[in-house]
Amino acid sequence: MAKDQALPPNDITRRNFLNWFLGTTAGAFAVSVLYPISRYLIPPQGEESSARTVTLAIKPQDIKPNSGQIVRFGSQPAILIDTPAGELKAFSATCTHLGCIVQYRPDLSEIWCACHNGHFNLNGKNVAGPPPKPLEEYTVNVRSDQIIVSKRG
Amino acid sequence: MEDQSPKHGKLWHWLDERIGLGDIEYLAKKKEVPVHSHTFWYYFGGMTLFLFMIQVSTGILLLLYYRPSAGEAYESIQFLMTEVQFGWLVRSIHAWSANLMVFAMFIHLFSALLEKAYRAPRELTWLSGGVLLCLTLAFGFTGYLLPWNELAFFATRVGTEIPGVVPIIGSFMRRLLRGGDDVTGATLTRFYGIHVAVLPAIVTIVLGLHLFLVQKHGMSSPPGEEQEGKAKRVMPFFPNFFLRDLVGWLCALGVLAALAAYFPAELGKKADPFQPAPIGIKPEWYFMAMFQTLKLLPSYILGIEGELLGVLAFGVVGVMLILVPFLDRRTASGQPSLLPAAFGITLILYMVLLTYLGYTMSPTK
Repeated sequence: MAKDQALPPNDITRRNFLNWFLGTTAGAFAVSVLYPISRYLIPPQGEESSARTVTLAIKPQDIKPNSGQIVRFGSQPAILIDTPAGELKAFSATCTHLGCIVQYRPDLSEIWCACHNGHFNLNGKNVAGPPPKPLEEYTVNVRSDQIIVSKRG
Repeated sequence: MEDQSPKHGKLWHWLDERIGLGDIEYLAKKKEVPVHSHTFWYYFGGMTLFLFMIQVSTGILLLLYYRPSAGEAYESIQFLMTEVQFGWLVRSIHAWSANLMVFAMFIHLFSALLEKAYRAPRELTWLSGGVLLCLTLAFGFTGYLLPWNELAFFATRVGTEIPGVVPIIGSFMRRLLRGGDDVTGATLTRFYGIHVAVLPAIVTIVLGLHLFLVQKHGMSSPPGEEQEGKAKRVMPFFPNFFLRDLVGWLCALGVLAALAAYFPAELGKKADPFQPAPIGIKPEWYFMAMFQTLKLLPSYILGIEGELLGVLAFGVVGVMLILVPFLDRRTASGQPSLLPAAFGITLILYMVLLTYLGYTMSPTK
């Protein structure tokens, strides 16, 4: 001990070396434990919602006028609306504010989010309340008795 | 330790030699509680602890029937509420006790803030209390999802979207919380693990530290009571204060039993990821002020998305509250300071007002 202290501090002594070695080993051990745990906590990448076109399970004749309903667009919810003008329109049903699922308000002819009172018009544009962006609009095609919804662009 | 007085029996001495009962007895005798016009507020810390113990016991009981998966969670609670004897009672007590615990904790927090109990040397007591508050809110948030009903589903969608609005790390945080990109069964199992294992483990440690620090420093007297020349009055903790504490616990238990019996916890409709958010959806009351703020904020404020600004403001206020002992330099240097009281009262008024609006404003307007 006394001999160690007598040496200049920058010299590599057995104690310094062992301390460095021990510290590095402890650090490496911590990393080898924490790295797998942190990777484990990140969920694996799920199947991408790659659906670009979806044929709906409902038939055009089953849709009530001036109404809206949530339909599956891949793994995501979409809203299909029969507007007062008799036109079929579809949008992403995920509110652009904080991700609630929107609904059609026949009394206002607007799309509305119950969570934070966000309003969108029938072009998907955010017209009142907190939503910062419009809803993504999908193209709706009716072929004989099938409704086909597809992404634009 | 070497107490050979006749008041203790043989068993007491046997145990004393092995676990040191004498030390504990000495500590209990030594501990005193200041008596002054604000002594009443001391009871809320203990009451929070009591309600936490109820949470632990009823939580363990619920574990025996609950199944943490999207396909079974709702049904297992339906079974618990309708078939299991007193299942409704256990769940209702768990739900109500959670609410009362948060309420008692808020009173404890604001009374400590207004009486400046965070003054040196109690900064770490305050800080550990702040951590316990965050952990309690995390308990409430994760527990709310477990019944897997409509309200829970959307509350979690919104709640996990909130860290998602933070720039850069937001979407990663959201994925980490949800166990995927959406709120699904993966979120449910994740929240379940956090609710019944992770949070209890962390709370045990932090609560241990908090209680240890309270024992070490004793209860804080408000600055006005510590002025020189004022006679200090105290009462022994054991049994005087402890018995009063028990009366408080009994009152809490009475309120809890009445609430659970007359207003049993509801279950609502099962969560459906392909149904719109129900009209009148709302979070637990202690998140109502934040919820209502987000509802009232316009979409853009000075070119920044309203919800981002709101979430950042919540964060700043939360950090300020937790760091009060270090921000309040005037009190730290022994000068009178009105700022913490003004901050606390503003915060209380804001929370009360926004919570009131949240419950009274028409949900469809």
